[in-house]
Amino acid sequence: MESHKGNGPVVGLRRMKPGQRGTVVAVNAEGELGRRIRDMGLLPGTDVEVVGRAPLRDPVALRLSGVTLALRNREADFIMVEVG
Amino acid sequence: MTQSTMPLSVPSGARDAVPAPASGYVALAGNPNSGKTTAFNAYTGARQHVGNYPGVTVERKEGTAHLDGKPVRLVDLPGAYSLTAYSEEELVVRRELTKAPPLAVINVVDAPALERNLFLTVQLLELGLPVVLALNMMDEARASGVHIDAALLSERLRSPVVETVARTGEGLDTALSAALALAREEKAAEPLLLSYGPDLDPVLGSLEKRIADAGLPGHGYPARWLALKLLEGDAAAWAEIRMANPDLTTRLKAEYDTVASHIRSTLHSSPEAVISDYRYGFVRGLLKDGVLRRESGRDRLALSDKLDRVLVNALFGPLIMLAVLYLVFQFTFVAGAWPQGWIEDFFAWLGDVVAVILPEGMARSLLVSGVIDGLGGVLSFVPLILILFLFIAFLEDSGYMARIAYMVDRIFRSFGLNGNSVMAYITAGGIAGGCAIPGAMATRTLRSHREKMATLLTLPYFSCGAKLPVFLLLAGVFFPENSAELMLLMVLAGWVFALIVARALRSTLFRGESTPFVMELPPYRLPTLRSLGVHCWERSWLYIKKAGTVLLAASILIWASMTFPTLDEERAAPLEAAVAAAEAQLAELAAASDGVSGDVFDEARVAAEASLAEASQVLAEESLRHSLAGRLGTALEPFTRPIGFDWRTNVALAGGIAAKEAIVSTLGTAYSLGDVDPEDAEPLAARLQADSSWSRATALSLMLFVLLYSPCFVALVVIKNEAGGWRWLVFSMLFNTALAYAVSAVAFNIGRVIWG
Repeated sequence: MESHKGNGPVVGLRRMKPGQRGTVVAVNAEGELGRRIRDMGLLPGTDVEVVGRAPLRDPVALRLSGVTLALRNREADFIMVEVG
Repeated sequence: MTQSTMPLSVPSGARDAVPAPASGYVALAGNPNSGKTTAFNAYTGARQHVGNYPGVTVERKEGTAHLDGKPVRLVDLPGAYSLTAYSEEELVVRRELTKAPPLAVINVVDAPALERNLFLTVQLLELGLPVVLALNMMDEARASGVHIDAALLSERLRSPVVETVARTGEGLDTALSAALALAREEKAAEPLLLSYGPDLDPVLGSLEKRIADAGLPGHGYPARWLALKLLEGDAAAWAEIRMANPDLTTRLKAEYDTVASHIRSTLHSSPEAVISDYRYGFVRGLLKDGVLRRESGRDRLALSDKLDRVLVNALFGPLIMLAVLYLVFQFTFVAGAWPQGWIEDFFAWLGDVVAVILPEGMARSLLVSGVIDGLGGVLSFVPLILILFLFIAFLEDSGYMARIAYMVDRIFRSFGLNGNSVMAYITAGGIAGGCAIPGAMATRTLRSHREKMATLLTLPYFSCGAKLPVFLLLAGVFFPENSAELMLLMVLAGWVFALIVARALRSTLFRGESTPFVMELPPYRLPTLRSLGVHCWERSWLYIKKAGTVLLAASILIWASMTFPTLDEERAAPLEAAVAAAEAQLAELAAASDGVSGDVFDEARVAAEASLAEASQVLAEESLRHSLAGRLGTALEPFTRPIGFDWRTNVALAGGIAAKEAIVSTLGTAYSLGDVDPEDAEPLAARLQADSSWSRATALSLMLFVLLYSPCFVALVVIKNEAGGWRWLVFSMLFNTALAYAVSAVAFNIGRVIWG
């Protein structure tokens, strides 16, 4: 897998602001949640961009390889992103 | 009979009893929103059969396509992102593909989101199925500067790749004939073998060998695939192998545990994460070197992003959403009321015609009050379902429904639900005047079982249209100054009870982590008329078929319980004599007044008519009281006294289980007022006001009871179908009635303290 180690700061997906881009470096979720996140294409090496947040600041909307995904902040906490 | 010599990877024909087609079929598989169903509709047109997979509420769609005049059986598999056992849909796809493998699979993929879509393709190929890749939405791909080298991709996948546009039908015939050509090939499709790296490959090989040596999985799919599922920690796969061979399972488990702990200590990861990493690595490799090229600066989601800036904006988003939901709701129930009225009128007319043709007696009563009223009751909901599902289909296919769920998820999450529950709640009466029947049917869009069940079992608490006349009557009589506020309060009470009970269900019967809410927000699209039409028709037909049969039986049962046993001779005789006397008097007057008109005759006629009405109403009341339902109502009096109900209310509530509309009219009969029109209950209102056994406390208690107690029969049947079992029907009846009783008891006693 192409990982981008050591190029930029790594933050939890929850901390990212709308418009910010980065590359997923780790998905620390297991079981059903981990599987679901991976099945939707969120796994190390994927480039993501935060496109917005719901009116109540949760869930968060992401853009990755041509699709928009929504996931809850609680789930976003498991995803570590290296921001460029 | 399974032939033991059958090679493991030959997916030809069915070898198992599970949804086994009589002959071979071609399956359509793909992600949700890939245009798979649009393709299916284009292939089969109206020649579709919709059923349910056994044990789950996922729909099984089958149809017939025609290629060069020859029929081809097609199955539209539920949308799935993967073949893991994450959702019911994915489990169903897997089961169908392994237990009754298709001749070939047409894998419909959303071309502009090719990478994510190929994740499923890879798994289909690993299963050893002959796959044709349909690169769908190529029009959108071209327009947004996505270039795909189909020939090169086909070479790398070693499978045919066809460009399609399902909305226009472009490329669909080519894809189908490619699938049939694959199916005709003599040699079996070779399963795709991927490397899962130095840690997993040896274990995978060892598991595969052990499984194959034990003669498993025996049919349908390769041993390697089962080994892979076990390494992925797939609960369904482990359960399957444990059942087949417990000893082998113990050995496999030991190997799995060793490699899992090794991966945990060295990579801080899990076997399943490593497997999906390698799968994605393979997909990325497929797309390299010119297979997929995106022109920079062009984005097919640009328009959707612009729309989203307004439609999910922190301020405008919720306002627009409320407006959309309100309009959908208003339009459905206002426009739906017309055809609903026509259907009711038609059945009323039919009832009158039958009443004229048949002589008075049991047969007539059964046919008119049991059969015709029952059928009319079921069919009168069809227009509502049709219109509402037209809107729901539009909201779903356009992509807006996903945005609604996205916006309200945060609120619903607090109650153990998720954003997708909102449409079902609103439809069921979240805005006064809904109906639990289409509401329950709308829970189909909820993908996670626990949240779906909690939504389904709580939506009968809303103020559906048929409860409103009861509220209007009682609020008008007993709370004339605050009737509007009280009505609003009942609607809010529906929300409060639904959300609280949902929360409670999620901490008891459906306990468990909330299902991960990882949802795609598909690009906005204009839905095709055809898909809207097919969607509506499917829903309505399912409803007519299922509710119609059971409800007819229930309607007859209720008619019987309100008719039998009939009054015995000596008690009926004087009442019948009174009716006959009044009739005779009226006839005499009519004869005497022949050709003559005058005030004297008119007055006499009015008086005679009144005494006839009174006599027949007394007869009706006595008959009702004497019937099984009346006796039940009387027997229940000791239990319903503490909440303020006498036998008349009890009978009315029992009738309300047939249809909530029956509450006011049955109450009318019980008070000897004849059939009371629920829309115009003036005499009943006056009667209740004058009755000393009725008070504000009674009224409040009854309103809350009606809000919460057992859903009507049609709703119960639909709940049973959606929940997948009779026990949920029983649960809804008993639990809701118990809850209603408890709430009414509290309200009645507090009311008596306050109002005396």
